Amino acid sequence: MAFKSTIQHKTYHFNDLRTLLAKATPFRSGDALAGLAADSYEERVAAQMALADVPLKVFLNEAVIPYEQDEVTRLIMDTHDAVAFAPVSHLTVGEFRDWLLGDSAATIALQQLAPGITPEMAAAVSKLMRNQDLISVAQKCEVVTKFRNTIGLKGHLSVRLQPNHNTDDPKGIAASIVDGLLYGSGDAVIGINPATDSPQAVVTLLQMLDQLRQQFEIPTQSCVLCHVTTAMQIMHRAPVDLVFQSIAGTEQANKSFGIDIALLAEAHAAALSLQRGTVGNNVMYFETGQGSALSANANAGVDQQTCEVRSYAVARRFSPLLVNTVVGFIGPEYLFDGKQIIRAALEDHFCGKLMGLPMGVDICYTNHAEADQDDMDNLLTLLSVAGVNFIMGVPGADDIMLNYQSTSFHDALYARKVLGLKPAPEFEQWLQRQGIMDVAGKLLSVGETHRLLGYGV
Amino acid sequence: MELIQSDPWASLKAFTTARIALGRTGTAIPLREVLAFKMAHAHARDAVYSKLDTSALQEQLQSFHLPVPLLHSRAADRYEYLQRPDKGRRLDADSAASLAPQHADVVFILADGLSATAVNVHACPLLQQVLPMLKATGISVGPLCLVQQGRVAIGDEIGALLKAKVTIVLIGERPGLSAADSMGAYITYGPQVGNTDEVRNCISNIREEGLQYPAAAGKIFYLLQEALRLKLSGVELKDNYGLLS
Repeated sequence: MAFKSTIQHKTYHFNDLRTLLAKATPFRSGDALAGLAADSYEERVAAQMALADVPLKVFLNEAVIPYEQDEVTRLIMDTHDAVAFAPVSHLTVGEFRDWLLGDSAATIALQQLAPGITPEMAAAVSKLMRNQDLISVAQKCEVVTKFRNTIGLKGHLSVRLQPNHNTDDPKGIAASIVDGLLYGSGDAVIGINPATDSPQAVVTLLQMLDQLRQQFEIPTQSCVLCHVTTAMQIMHRAPVDLVFQSIAGTEQANKSFGIDIALLAEAHAAALSLQRGTVGNNVMYFETGQGSALSANANAGVDQQTCEVRSYAVARRFSPLLVNTVVGFIGPEYLFDGKQIIRAALEDHFCGKLMGLPMGVDICYTNHAEADQDDMDNLLTLLSVAGVNFIMGVPGADDIMLNYQSTSFHDALYARKVLGLKPAPEFEQWLQRQGIMDVAGKLLSVGETHRLLGYGV
Repeated sequence: MELIQSDPWASLKAFTTARIALGRTGTAIPLREVLAFKMAHAHARDAVYSKLDTSALQEQLQSFHLPVPLLHSRAADRYEYLQRPDKGRRLDADSAASLAPQHADVVFILADGLSATAVNVHACPLLQQVLPMLKATGISVGPLCLVQQGRVAIGDEIGALLKAKVTIVLIGERPGLSAADSMGAYITYGPQVGNTDEVRNCISNIREEGLQYPAAAGKIFYLLQEALRLKLSGVELKDNYGLLS
C-alpha cells in the first residue's frame, strides 16, 4: 500500500508501510547509516502527517517484513488478539495517539488493550508522540511480574544489581554485590555478565549467587547472562533462576544471536519445570536495544525503532520477568548523542509497556557517544517519572568488564528519593530487617559488624 | 559532624577495581569521587578526539627503513567517522590510487581507531620488538601504513592492494574509564574487502599496565607464523602461545 502527503505544492510519496514508518522516525544516526531516514525535516513531518491518517487495521494486513520470510512477523500476526484490539480498531494512528492521552485510557483499559497491540502499531504511534506523551501514557501502564518478589507495581522502582568483574573473580563479584545490597539495590535481579561463556565458569557463578541468596534469605532472583544454550546445558546441575537471552526483532537478527523462537520456547519450558519461583513464575530475562538488527545486517529495510519493538513480540510470547533495553550500549553510529539516546529510551519504554511488557532500561552510554552522566541523570529522572520497572545498579556507574557507563546504586537511591519510589515490597521488608533501610525509605548507616560484611571474607 | 558518610567496607576494594565503598552524602556520591569519574571520562573523550601524530610517527618509523605511506579513509572527519563505520573501513580515492602490489608476507597498518593516543604511544615501541623477530626468521615486511580515520577493516583494502599475505592492524581501542590508551592488534590472513571479524585474530589491551610490549610482540609473532604456515586466521587459528613451551 502506498501513502502520500502534500505540503504546499509538493507531494511526498511513500511506497509502503515500512518506508512510511522509517521516514516518520525522529532522526537518529542508525537510520541514516541504513539509508532509511527522511531526506529533510519537511519530509519527516510529511511522513508523520501521512502516518497519522493510516487506520490501525492496515497494520493487520500489511507486514513490514513478509509473513512468509520472517517468523517474527508470523508470531505477530498469528497471536494478535482481535477482541483486545476492538476498542481501538476503528482508529487511525493519529487518533490512537489522542485516545491514549485521553482520560478514558486508564490503567485497566491499557492492560486489557495490550494483547491487541502489534509492535508496528506501537512503533507507529510512538513516532507521532512527543517525549511528554511517551512518559504520560507509559505512566498509566502497569505491568507486574513475579518470581521471588513483585516487580513493577506503581510507586516502586527496582534495580538490577550488576556486579561484573573483568575476570569473573568470585571475590571481586561478591564485593560489588555486598556494596549494592547495602545501598538497597538488587530487587530486580542480581545479574552478572560473565567475561567468558564457558559453562563451568557460569556454574561457579550461579552457585556463588545462590549460596549468597540463601545464606541471607534475600527475596530476589539471580542470573548469569550467558547464552540460552549454555543455560539449558547446565540447568540440571546449576541453580538457574532466570534464563537470559539477547533478542532482536527479525528472524535473521535472532539467527545471528544463535536463537529462534522454538529454541526460546524450549528454554522457557525447561526453566518453568525447575519451579524455583516462590511468588510467581515469570522466568525469562530478555535484553534488547535499537540498532541490533542493523548491526547484524538483518534489518530488512526496517527502521531501527520498529525492529526494536518487534523484538518485544518475541519477548511477550514468553511472559518474562524482566525486559531490559540496553539503550546506549550500541554506540554513536546508531544513537549519536544524549538527545537520541533519551528519545530512544522513552520510545522503547513506552512501546514495551503498551504491549504489556515489564520494561526496564539500562540507562547508559559508551565513551565514543556524545553523552555524559548529565544525560543519564536526565533520562533516569524522565524514566522514573514514566514508571520504569527497573534500572541498572553498577558500582559508581562504571562497568569495569563491559567498559561503559550506566547508573549507580546512588543514582537509584536518588530516583527513589526525589519521586518517593520504593523497592519491590518483599525486598523492601528484607532491607528493613537487615537494618539497611528504614520504613521511610531512608538508607541507614550500617556498622562494621553488619552480617553482610562477614560474607566471603 | 563529617560531611561524608563513609562506608565501613573499604577493605573489599582489595578484590575489585569496581567503584565500591564510595561513601555518600545524602544519597549522592561524594564530590571527590564524582570528579575522579569525570576526569576518567575526560581522558576517554580526549582520546576519542585525539589525532594521529603523523609527523612524529613518520620520523620514528624511519629507523625501520621501510616505506611509510600516509593514507586516509573515506570518513572526512571524526564526526563522520563516528556515525559512518562503513566509511572508516575504506580508503579514499587518492589513498587507494597510491598503493601498488609489493607481495610482502606481512604489512603493518597503524590506524587511529577510537584512540589515536594509543597508537601514538604504543605502536613504535611494539614494532621495535616485533620487526627484528620477523627479520631473523626471513618473513618479508611491506610498508608501514599510517591511516587517519581508519577502522580495523580498512586493513583489508590496503592488504589487498599491496597483495600482502597477512595484515596486522595496530589500532586504538574504544577507551574505557580505566584506560584511554589501549591498543589492539588485528591479524588477518588473506586480506580482502568484505572480510568479517571471524577471520581475524585480535590481541587486545596492549599498554604498559595491560599486555606489555614483549608479551604482545611474542603473541603477534606466534600468530603470524601460524597464519603463514596454516594459510588462515581467525576462529580456526587458536592462540596457543605460551601453552606449547
